[in-house]
Amino acid sequence: MSISVPERIWWKPVDKSEKIWVGLALTWCIVMFIMMPLWHLKGGQNAPSETYRVTPAQFQKATQEFIDKYKVGEEKGTAIVAPPAGSDIYLNSMMWRWDPILKLEKGKTYRLHLSSMDLQHGFSLYPQNMNFQVLPGYDYVLTITPTTAGEFYVQCNEFCGIGHHMMVGKIIVS
Amino acid sequence: MTNAGSEFRTCPTTGLKVHLPAENLIKANAVAAVVFLLVGTVMALLVAFTRWPAVHLLSAEGYYRALTAHGLNMLIFWIIFFEIAVLYFASAILLNSRLAAPKVGWLSFLMMLVGSLMVDLMILQGKADVMMTSYVPMKADPLYYLGVILFAVGALIGVGVFFATLVVAKREKTYEGSLPLVVFGAVAAGIIAVVAIAHGAIIYIPTFLWSLGIIGPIDPAMYRVVWWGLGHTSQQINVTAQIAIWYLLATLTVGASPLNEKVCRSAFVLYILFINLASAHHLLVDPGVSPSWKIWNTSYAMYLAVLASMIHGFTVPASIEVAQRKKGYTKGLFEWLKKAPWGNPGFSALALSIAIFGFIGGITGVTFGTEQINIISHNTLRIPGHFHATVAAGTTLAFMGVTYYVLPLIFRRQVVVPSLAKLQPYFFGIGILLVSIGMTFAGSYGISRRHWDIAFTGAPFQLAIDPTALLMLSVMGIGAILAFTGALMYILITVFTVLIGKRPA
Ligand code: HEM
Ligand SMILES: [Cu+2]
Ligand SMILES: [Cu+2]
Repeated sequence: MSISVPERIWWKPVDKSEKIWVGLALTWCIVMFIMMPLWHLKGGQNAPSETYRVTPAQFQKATQEFIDKYKVGEEKGTAIVAPPAGSDIYLNSMMWRWDPILKLEKGKTYRLHLSSMDLQHGFSLYPQNMNFQVLPGYDYVLTITPTTAGEFYVQCNEFCGIGHHMMVGKIIVS
Repeated sequence: MTNAGSEFRTCPTTGLKVHLPAENLIKANAVAAVVFLLVGTVMALLVAFTRWPAVHLLSAEGYYRALTAHGLNMLIFWIIFFEIAVLYFASAILLNSRLAAPKVGWLSFLMMLVGSLMVDLMILQGKADVMMTSYVPMKADPLYYLGVILFAVGALIGVGVFFATLVVAKREKTYEGSLPLVVFGAVAAGIIAVVAIAHGAIIYIPTFLWSLGIIGPIDPAMYRVVWWGLGHTSQQINVTAQIAIWYLLATLTVGASPLNEKVCRSAFVLYILFINLASAHHLLVDPGVSPSWKIWNTSYAMYLAVLASMIHGFTVPASIEVAQRKKGYTKGLFEWLKKAPWGNPGFSALALSIAIFGFIGGITGVTFGTEQINIISHNTLRIPGHFHATVAAGTTLAFMGVTYYVLPLIFRRQVVVPSLAKLQPYFFGIGILLVSIGMTFAGSYGISRRHWDIAFTGAPFQLAIDPTALLMLSVMGIGAILAFTGALMYILITVFTVLIGKRPA
């Protein structure tokens, strides 16, 4: 009984059914263990590995320079920016907006820099449903290649205060 | 130190020697647990009715406040008060021993109570709308952090009393040989609790000082690493305590014995050894930590902890089967299961706990722990979908099931309205299962957690939400009604049993 003291010698041979089960479970665990690094190397979609320290002021400045250089229009008070293929692009987050709106080309690769001016935010690409954490003080670099044309949205998915639900940005792929 | 005789009674049902001061502490902690469960349950309904688009009950402010309160009252206060009661039960009662230091036990209880009341007061006053994770640099009132610290130190002291009681029992030879399996599991939970609370101290004390303006800003990436050292590890306390209770309930309900003590105990040891670094699965899409750190820490340790769960997931049902077959239920493959005491709430709670925890909670959890799937699940409703199957269904149901034995054995009252008690685990279990399924599927359509309004009122852009996702949020809402009913049944049954239940003859 599990609530009473076991027999003096309880280190006993294991029954066959238990042995089989433990063997199966262990094998599965080892498969999973190998898949983790393997898929990081073989898989086409991984969490980014590049991060740098950055102050909010530095990141703000980099984003502003980026906007000034490539701005092509404006929507709802937010600049629309069309950077050249292969370039470094910036998406800044703050309570409660994403800045700027990015206009990208399908099939081209970009280095997307993410950071925050204030609290933690969450980059959640909709409707693709890809999610990355955005922290103040860190420049998180995603190497991205849009594969479908259309309009995509970025909703914030880390609670960042009362206006959290209004924090929606946009990415246009043509 | 104490004069035995006067401080003990003998349980007429089990023959165990019951230390009265231990019994009083178990009662106090269990009652506190149920009171906080009530708070958490009311908040649950409010939150669920806000996430159900057809109802959208609360204001944004109200929703975030209720969600913060729901997380803390359920996951921390209900669960940990109950766990302290379980630890005292496993040490003093199951070992026929006196509790090492009842006064210190009361100090622990008082600190936990004051701490939790402070936290709830701060939340209800709107001074801590920060969610239970309180990710910096979001800031709450210093008294909020102080409340958490008081609660945690109180809990740590309680764990200390538990360990001291084991020493007392050994020294006073209240039992001979090895610890019973349930106590062994409780020891594993206690050790993990110490690790968890150490992480808690490392992160909450500086955060408290920062909120007072005494020290400078806290690095948000570092905060997340250490906070999840607490947050993840404390989930492992829950799993371990829950599994100790599975063994306990299997014995109490059908008289099961562990198949092989070596296997069960080794599995508990795996929990102790391999749990804490698996917290990296909360940080898989974070900046600031390298991919090799993430991959190593989510795979080597997590899979060995998963192995332990796989083992318990086999040995507990198998021990039930063996016990049932011994009673003569040997026809076909499943007569033992069909003839199980499904009308005993202790058994149905156990069975639902095993099924929901194992199949839904375990499988979702393991998949989120892989780097690529984490990208499509991080901070979506899939995450609460997962942990409502683990801790909200698994652990909570196990605790509910054992309550039906604690009431007659410790409170010495017969459960009131047994016909209602019979149905209670089904209401709660099926309800929370629907909550979990609804959240999981809605989340896979990109619906995020901790989000007030999927109509995005006031936002520059509105997202077109897939109708299937809306349907799934309704499934969650309907599940919430059932689970709320089940939790309320449990609370009413326990409260009335304690107040007016008949004394057993
Ligand atoms: C009475 C049944 C319950 C219902 C209907 C329910 C429902 C919910 C809902 C709708 C959410 C909000 C998800 C979101 O919007 O992000 C939530 C969050 C949560 N629930 Fe429950 N829940 C119940 C029981 C429990 C129990 C028993 C526990 C723990 C033991 C628990 C722990 C949590 C936690 C930790 C969160 C996350 C809070 C946060 O994001 O900070 N729930 N629950
Ligand atoms: Cu945000
Ligand atoms: Cu975890």
